[in-house]
Amino acid sequence: MARIELAGIAHSYKPNPSQPSDYALRPMEMTWQDGGAYALLGPSGCGKTTLLNIISGLITPSQGKVLFDGHDVTQLPPEKRNIAQVFQFPVIYDTMTVGENLAFPLKNRGWKNADIERRVAQIAEILELSGELKQRASGLTADAKQKISLGRGLVRPDVAAVLFDEPLTVIDPHLKWLLRRKLKEIHHELKLSLIYVTHDQIEALTFADQVVVMTEGEVVQIGSAQALFEAPEHTFVGYFIGNPGMNLLPCSLRDGRVLISGTDSSLPAPASLDIGAGQLTLGVRPEYVECLPTETAGALPTQVLSARNMGTHWLVEGELGGHRIASKQRTHHPTHSGDTVWMKLPADRTLYYLNDKRVA
Amino acid sequence: MNKTFNNKAWWMVLPVILSVAFSAIMPLMTVVNYSVQDILGPDQAVFVGTEWFKEVMRDESLHSAFFRQLWFSLAVLAIEIPLGIGIALCMPAQGWRASLSLVIVALPLLIPWNVVGTIWQIFGRGDIGLMGKLINDAGISYNYTGDSTDAWLTVLLMDVWHWTPLVVLLCYAGLRAIPEAFYQAAKIDGASRFAVFRFIQLPKMRNVLMIAVLLRFMDSFMIYTEPFVLTGGGPGNATTFLSQYLTQKAVGQFDLGPAAAFSLIYFLIILLLSFVLYNWMQRVGTGDKS
Repeated sequence: MARIELAGIAHSYKPNPSQPSDYALRPMEMTWQDGGAYALLGPSGCGKTTLLNIISGLITPSQGKVLFDGHDVTQLPPEKRNIAQVFQFPVIYDTMTVGENLAFPLKNRGWKNADIERRVAQIAEILELSGELKQRASGLTADAKQKISLGRGLVRPDVAAVLFDEPLTVIDPHLKWLLRRKLKEIHHELKLSLIYVTHDQIEALTFADQVVVMTEGEVVQIGSAQALFEAPEHTFVGYFIGNPGMNLLPCSLRDGRVLISGTDSSLPAPASLDIGAGQLTLGVRPEYVECLPTETAGALPTQVLSARNMGTHWLVEGELGGHRIASKQRTHHPTHSGDTVWMKLPADRTLYYLNDKRVA
Repeated sequence: MNKTFNNKAWWMVLPVILSVAFSAIMPLMTVVNYSVQDILGPDQAVFVGTEWFKEVMRDESLHSAFFRQLWFSLAVLAIEIPLGIGIALCMPAQGWRASLSLVIVALPLLIPWNVVGTIWQIFGRGDIGLMGKLINDAGISYNYTGDSTDAWLTVLLMDVWHWTPLVVLLCYAGLRAIPEAFYQAAKIDGASRFAVFRFIQLPKMRNVLMIAVLLRFMDSFMIYTEPFVLTGGGPGNATTFLSQYLTQKAVGQFDLGPAAAFSLIYFLIILLLSFVLYNWMQRVGTGDKS
């Protein structure tokens, strides 16, 4: 177990990166606390896997240092780093039994047979694989294979952190829940640091204490599920998390009021809103937007595009000055596409972004 | 579940039966026909039963041709399979180097059999051939037209040169199909280079290797053109393999009866050996003891 620090890490797959877009991973500082459960969340191609491979040592970063408990391990190969990694597709050694698979990393490290047997039995117990130790690994289901991949990591007692690279992609939905719960149990039992890469927000939010949201090679916010939902620090977090994502409306500041671009509507500006150069954007979660059938003071007139019953709530999508706005509410006044409704944005739930970064 | 008995359904299989009949069964029956008759002239044929089979089976020159053939095929497998795997492992995985090495490796496969024989005939000559001259200049006496061992080795070397590329291509395809994650996981597990080969690459190449072994076994067991061009079966009988023996009987001496009988035996031997080989390979490495 160890605290993992990334000091000025950046990586580019090109030999001579000159501009920010050349980087798969832009320069960053980050610390992963010992025993924490982290999720790395972001769309495909945002650099999550690159970051993970830098920690495990499969990739040597173009610049910066990786520190485990203060020791520089940047140049160490994966097998010297005491990192376990579980990949998207289960990796098992076909010709071996489940037990031999679990014993493989220990054998490679020259353990004695008796010690190996004891340790394998212990890990198999935790993973509920004890009954299958003598069985061939190749005939098992995808979730059992993924457990073996995980077991090969856990079997090493000195493991500093377990890294997961979208490990549940090939698992059936009903087994995903079971396996994820198993992971949480293991986390509590073994007090290991876990870093879990995913592009599925629900997976990230239910698994991790701290979610690291990434886009275009950059970490845009680190926080709990609640923080990411209530107070996104970046418009990307607002848009990426939530279903549907945050309403984002370009606007400008005029005479102490916020004027929504493309409309005559305006809202009172919060006192703390400081004007600076750049694009001002207003953000509010659809869950907080009230959809009213009649004209109300402070509410914005909106053309309804669609109104759908989603089972537990109604989702009304409308158009406001050429921008989309959604309202997600339990109660509903019957509306149809083409109607005009009044969208009320509560002032305490409305956030402001200057050049995509939150300012109020 | 109750099956509805429907005789009309058999009509659906008729096209297959017909095409197989014309392509395989009828030609084979012609051979069967020859093998049980002594044909003296266009209108004169005597039914002789299993006499030709008995005669062929007792033929000493056939026995030696059979063992010569068997050793040759086993030597071909023993050399070409490990060599093919080795070369495939050394080839670059991507980029222009991969394309270039694939083209170079595949070149011998594009050369017609009899040209291969001719190339080696000249290549091995002691007076003007590059290989023959070099070996003789090195102080080793080498003469494939006069020495049986030299002839046998030259045919073997020629086959290795001609057909190892096939094994390489198959293995290369098998290797490229292994996802990167396997290598990464092995790295993290601390596996040695040999362990990666033994527990990842070799098991993943299983299926292509099975195809390679079967193809190379069957083809080498039926080898004809190259030794025919290179040595004509000689010196003596040193490189007279089964096909050569058969041709001598059927075309050279026009002994159609014994030749037909032997054709059938030849066919059954290949079928049997391939079957045994296939079943053995299906089980090996899976731990299935049954």
